[in-house]
Amino acid sequence: MSTPLKFYQVGSFAVGNRLLAEGQLSEQSHPDRTNSLTSGHRACQGCGEALGARYALDAAMAATDGKIVAVNATGCLEVFSTPYPETSWRLPWLHSLFGNAAAVATGVAAALRAQGKSDIRVIAQGGDGGTVDIGFGPLSGMFERNDDVLYICYDNEAYMNTGVQRSGATPPAARTNTTHAVGTNPGASFTQGKNLPVIAMAHGIPYVATATVADLHDLEAKVKKAMTYRGARYLHILVPCPLGWGSRSEETIQLARMATECGLFPVFEAEYGEVITTKKIRRQVPVEKYLKPQKRFAHLFGTNGHPELLQAIQAIADKNITKYQLLEADAQEQDTSKESSRG
Amino acid sequence: MDKPFAITLNIGSSLANHTGSWRNERPVYVNRLPPCNDACPAGEDVQGWLYEGEAGNYEQAWRNLVRDNPLPAIMGRICYHPCQTACNRAELDEAVGINSVERFLGDEAIKQNWQFNVTAAPTGKRILIIGSGPSGLSAAYHLALKGHSVTIRESAAAPGGMMRYGIPAYRLPREILDAEISRIVNMGVVIECNTKVENAEATFGEGFDAVFLAIGAHLGKRAFIPAGDTARILDAVSVLHMTADGQPPMLGRRVVVYGGGNTALDAARTARRLGAYEAIVVYRRTQEKMPAHEVELKEALDEGIVMRWLSTVSRVDEGSVTIEKMALDEKGFPQPTGEFENLDADSVILALGQEVDLSVINGMTEVNVDDGVVEVDGFLMTGRRGLFAGGDAVPGERTATNAIGHGKHAARAINSWLQDQSFVHADRPDLASFDRLNTWYYSDAPKTVRPKLDAARRASNFSEVVQGLDAETAVFEARRCLSCGNCFGCDNCFGVCPDNAVIKIESGKYEINLDYCKGCGICANECPCGAIDMELERS
Ligand SMILES: Cc1cc2nc3c(=O)[nH]c(=O)nc-3n(C[C@H](O)[C@H](O)[C@H](O)COP(=O)(O)OP(=O)(O)OC[C@H]3O[C@@H](n4cnc5c(N)ncnc54)[C@H](O)[C@@H]3O)c2cc1C
Ligand SMILES: Cc1ncc(C[n+]2csc(CCOP(=O)(O)OP(=O)(O)O)c2C)c(N)n1
Ligand code: SF4
Ligand code: SF4
Ligand SMILES: [Mg+2]
Repeated sequence: MSTPLKFYQVGSFAVGNRLLAEGQLSEQSHPDRTNSLTSGHRACQGCGEALGARYALDAAMAATDGKIVAVNATGCLEVFSTPYPETSWRLPWLHSLFGNAAAVATGVAAALRAQGKSDIRVIAQGGDGGTVDIGFGPLSGMFERNDDVLYICYDNEAYMNTGVQRSGATPPAARTNTTHAVGTNPGASFTQGKNLPVIAMAHGIPYVATATVADLHDLEAKVKKAMTYRGARYLHILVPCPLGWGSRSEETIQLARMATECGLFPVFEAEYGEVITTKKIRRQVPVEKYLKPQKRFAHLFGTNGHPELLQAIQAIADKNITKYQLLEADAQEQDTSKESSRG
Repeated sequence: MDKPFAITLNIGSSLANHTGSWRNERPVYVNRLPPCNDACPAGEDVQGWLYEGEAGNYEQAWRNLVRDNPLPAIMGRICYHPCQTACNRAELDEAVGINSVERFLGDEAIKQNWQFNVTAAPTGKRILIIGSGPSGLSAAYHLALKGHSVTIRESAAAPGGMMRYGIPAYRLPREILDAEISRIVNMGVVIECNTKVENAEATFGEGFDAVFLAIGAHLGKRAFIPAGDTARILDAVSVLHMTADGQPPMLGRRVVVYGGGNTALDAARTARRLGAYEAIVVYRRTQEKMPAHEVELKEALDEGIVMRWLSTVSRVDEGSVTIEKMALDEKGFPQPTGEFENLDADSVILALGQEVDLSVINGMTEVNVDDGVVEVDGFLMTGRRGLFAGGDAVPGERTATNAIGHGKHAARAINSWLQDQSFVHADRPDLASFDRLNTWYYSDAPKTVRPKLDAARRASNFSEVVQGLDAETAVFEARRCLSCGNCFGCDNCFGVCPDNAVIKIESGKYEINLDYCKGCGICANECPCGAIDMELERS
């Protein structure tokens, strides 16, 4: 999905490049981008959710000539952006409840349709808790009715706003405040969890995609593509959370990158229930490289660590790699292993 | 105060909330010294001129390059490119082909007839340069740029020093050499050929304000080798000089060259081109110890030059030489074994190194000579005030690039000295090391390989061995540069800040909005080239 420019220093991966033509630049590289979520918000240092929301909504605004209404579930994104009477949003924005963003968005879409304003598009957004747990019923209904809404889930893998509790999207072995790192199976249990992109696909809706804050070009392209469909669409974005993950604030993007490069977070898109593209792994890394910088997985490492759990997590990654065909011999570049520590 | 039910405050923007107060560290844009620049003996701003080359601004790239080195077309052919050895990209895939881009720019400049513009007003100062090799030419160029009037005196019939009379034409075509020298002459530099300076001290009496000694090292070192009366023994410097003059010596069909430096290889390769069907290089140590550069050895081997490692020449007779096999002792030094062998040879060329002809400073007691070379201080001044020296005549690596660097430094030192200023060395920024790069952002690309002339064809004439890049590949090659330690306008910092605290003024020009920067460090971490530092806030 990224620009097929080779031989450039950074042609395909950086935000912009002084040598790229206008059409090849990302929305984020424009000095006059919307900044849908503007400065002064109270997100933590290095918040992946704040970044993901601006990436996604700016792309949606660009795709619709600025005609977007956003409905926001309760969660960090809502709390840090709108302490009364301030707002960081630079687009029409409604706060729903924790569990009903999809239902409210359905209502907004219906109202616009009734007024004949088909050019104004609706986005619903929420965290993983608001999406895969409490908001799941309204969301499934929205899919089932094929309402003209793009639902975006910013997945930071726990209920962060209330102090890091486990959600249906929390990965196995992760320590949260409700899954302590104690006992023989420390951290969250090895359950199936709720894989919402796959559940969304099962509804047969026009468009489902996953993305991360580490691949801006891919994320923007998917948002823009989503805006070309009518009906229910679902975008699931991985947004690392320094507070909940126990990671360094500067590593937010790097961790998202490693999540996809190890295979734990497959990046793909699907149309009407069928996967149509997958993002290939470019420099494969073992899951350790992704897990180790995160304190929520600290109990897996060291003398009292749990190599068997690491193995089980690697097995999940390997399964994803096979299922989504994340490795492609010719598309994959050599992992030079000499790659700098910051790679 | 007409508000809806339960609303008491006006809507406000979060811009009122200056989150910058949360910050412990702040991002700061820096310029670090790229390893290529650090390694270039001529002090070129490699990364800086590649940056222009990447955009296809060839003239600007060339102009940036010649700020430091006035001989890019020559350098692009004969420099041993330590820049590439240091290049960070080598750790990722392969070093950037800096030298081939340099050559491309140099050739383009000749094709387009780009000239040097002297904008400085004439200073009225007169400087004499003794010798027109790379160090003399470089000094002349830098001094002329400053508005000084420069005269070069050269004992040979044509200027260029070892670039003309040592380095063979198949590596450095003479029209390239002539073109780059005439560009310096066009600045008003006077080169008086066939004019040997006999006494450097006397030239001060002619009204020169400063003198730069750039006499090189031209005397072939001799070794005592027992030889029959009719044995034909020549020295490499003379063979190459005569060949350059168009009067090559008779060498016969089988030639033995004695020595292990680049000069030995050039002599052997020249012998092949002059008709010898066999050219054997005899060297007393091993390949690892050989001072010649790897590329040159490879090219020589490709041309059918035969190497005899661990061997010394012990006797020369008409038609044959006797060599003795050597063996390395525990310390790694070659020791004679008493085992001898005869090789057929019509002539033997000695390439055992060169010495400086110091007669020009005879009687100048303030000028110290140590180990056959002229002693200079950190500013290249000799013990005689006003007399500077550089290149092969002073201690240091004997390469054309190093000589060019000396010429530049001597010119700066002379310029300060003439203005009665104290000498100062410019500060060197910290190195842009590989571990500061975020290599994820660079696409992987193989180096554009220079097509080489077929080895057999190459050996039979003096046409150039290594072919240049065309414009398209030059741009690709330049774009492989990682821009180590210096912003190249990728917009990453502007894009990745969760707080929109980076302001983009234009591509390549950004500012941090400290009102909102929380100091998370993502911008610094995601900067591909390591051009952002996080600095602690003072409390
Ligand atoms: C065969 C050979 C191959 C080489 N290949 C390479 C290479 O590929 N790459 C590389 O970087 N380096 C190479 N070198 C080394 C390089 O040529 C020298 O290091 C460089 O030329 C030194 O420059 P210079 O200005 O100090 O002296 P020179 O180039 O030697 O120039 C000195 C000049 O001073 C003149 N001169 C001397 N005394 C007087 C006097 N009293 N009055 C007037 N004029 C005088 C001489 O005639 C000469 O022209 C090679 C050297 C040789 C011999
Ligand atoms: C019905 C209801 N239950 C509980 C809450 C408290 N609450 C607010 S945000 C939140 C968790 C949000 O988690 P998630 O949706 O993952 O968003 P995040 O904060 O992680 O971005 C909870 C439990 C609420 N607001 N409403
Ligand atoms: S990548 Fe560019 S700046 Fe870095 S060392 Fe190589 S040529 Fe120099
Ligand atoms: S990414 Fe933004 S908030 Fe973080 S250090 Fe850089 S400018 Fe500051
Ligand atoms: Mg969450």
